[in-house]
Amino acid sequence: MSGIAEPSLQAGAQRDPAAGRSGRFRGGTLGPAGTVAAAVVALAVVAAAWPALLGGGDPLAVHPSDALLAPSTAHLFGTDESGRDVLARVVAGTRASLVVGVVATLVGGGIGTVLGVVAGLGGRVVDAVVGRVTEVAFALPLLLVALVVIAVTGPGPVPATLAVGFATAPGYARIVRGLVVRARSSQIVETAVVMGRSPARIVVRHVLPAALWPVVAVGTLGVGQAIVWASALSYLGVGTPPPAPEWGAMLADGRTYLQTAPWMSTFPGLAIVVLATAVTVLGRAIRRTGAHR
Amino acid sequence: MRRGRPSTPAGWSAWVLWGLRRLAGGIGVLWAVATIVFVAIRLIPGDPALAILGGPGSQASAEAVAQVRQEYGLDRPVLVQYLVFLGRLATGHLGDSYAFRTPVATLLGQQLPVTLTLAVLGLVGAWVLAIAAAWWSTQRGRIAAALTSGLSVTASVTPHFWLGSVLIVVFASSLGWVPAVSDGTPAGWVLPVVTVAVPVAGYLAETIRDGVVDAQRSAFALAARSRGETRAGLFGRHLLRHAALPGIALSAWAFGSLVSGAVVVESVFALPGIGRALVTAVTQRDMPLVAGIALVSAAAYVVVLAVADLVERLVDPRAVATRPGVRTRRGAPRVTRPETGAR
Repeated sequence: MSGIAEPSLQAGAQRDPAAGRSGRFRGGTLGPAGTVAAAVVALAVVAAAWPALLGGGDPLAVHPSDALLAPSTAHLFGTDESGRDVLARVVAGTRASLVVGVVATLVGGGIGTVLGVVAGLGGRVVDAVVGRVTEVAFALPLLLVALVVIAVTGPGPVPATLAVGFATAPGYARIVRGLVVRARSSQIVETAVVMGRSPARIVVRHVLPAALWPVVAVGTLGVGQAIVWASALSYLGVGTPPPAPEWGAMLADGRTYLQTAPWMSTFPGLAIVVLATAVTVLGRAIRRTGAHR
Repeated sequence: MRRGRPSTPAGWSAWVLWGLRRLAGGIGVLWAVATIVFVAIRLIPGDPALAILGGPGSQASAEAVAQVRQEYGLDRPVLVQYLVFLGRLATGHLGDSYAFRTPVATLLGQQLPVTLTLAVLGLVGAWVLAIAAAWWSTQRGRIAAALTSGLSVTASVTPHFWLGSVLIVVFASSLGWVPAVSDGTPAGWVLPVVTVAVPVAGYLAETIRDGVVDAQRSAFALAARSRGETRAGLFGRHLLRHAALPGIALSAWAFGSLVSGAVVVESVFALPGIGRALVTAVTQRDMPLVAGIALVSAAAYVVVLAVADLVERLVDPRAVATRPGVRTRRGAPRVTRPETGAR
């Protein structure tokens, strides 16, 4: 019996290592995983801002004689079919992925937040209408929405960003609506109503702050997803067009050389996974510190 | 514990009402999806008549274009076209694909089983992986917990197209255990299914793990332990049952994501499913095919959502009891919590 009880208690205690810590330190820290993730994201930001610092070399420089070289000291990540340095391209691709991830999330989160706040604060009819709209949006596969947006505007990085943003908006709308509704029925708001505060003041001072902070955390998680979806669009050939260094497009390129030059796909793929994981872990850490406020 | 099931006449009428509401909602969603597709396809630049004749490069004569326009009713007012389109859909006519010149229903009949198999097996695989991960992360100590948690985050953001390529290189090209391109044999399904399952499993594992941890602190877990339940028994019969609820709700969402994932995975593994057809259909302005695929996947989503709701009600009587308007025979909402139910 105790043999069963003990490990479970242990499991319960171990679950919130950060909770205990932030309780002790009062401010709330990111935790070890969150710190590593923050470092990786910082590195990615550096790579996006000053690519020369990290990978050196021109991502577009073509050297046909150096085509499909395996990783070596001269080319740490090897070269692709045109002799372009894969490391330089991976580093240069960071900017595209980060920008797409952040902007798409801002677009999706922005539209979603407006819809969610309107649904949560508006009357029953407004709420029902927004509810139906998000339901329909959920019924459409994300990629279908993205493909149609791109078909309307033509391929390119901007339409791909907008497409991912639009496609993720209903998710945010649903979350924000739930948060607003919950904040509305909280005791703080009830007290404010009893105290005779104006509705506008209550919304701005009490409802929105309570609803928007969690959205920042969810949005950080969303950036990782947006990076993955944007690269999927490039992989399908409707995102960033080929010569530009973009991780998804590089993977699509590497498909042909999967057997002979696996490094062409391995490194951009790893880059997506590492950056998206780091952003997600960071988002979680932020959410956790936020939960203890 | 089973008292919460709707076996009384009053319960049945609640279920009939539930079904009717679901049906009406589903039809509404399908109508909206059809309308969106109709509008969206019209927003795509280019002449639909040219698309029917094989794209802008077909150099069709003006006569041929005019003829096609008349034949497909494209010269009629947009509102009339819309109503005709809806009328055909309502009577079950999806029309002919512009690009393939075959009925959309026939095309979907060939492609849908592929995608459905992929999505359903992917979901099953994701649940298996997620339950295993939940076991590891809650019952096996700190190191296993940290590892599993890290792995599930990574899994949830792993792009399908990359995972698929890596699996092909490792298991098909190097080891030769399974074919790289799907050939219809069960072995050919392994890699695509694993590819769609892994990211979903990542999300699912997190959700189920949180639920299990939550349940571990509850009174019913303590009660089960004091009855001498084994660790596996406690996990399988009590904790998992509690933790499955959010997982089930998430599965409905995951199914939609699986359809999107299928688009990518099908092109990696050269599977002839609706996902791959969707990409070409949208780029070729093949309106009937796009509409068909959109409606089918929306219908699948509606059905899956209903099934998830149904399963949720069967697994957790509280879901029925706490819903307003659903009353038991005595007329009072019954709150059967597992703790008291397991007495």
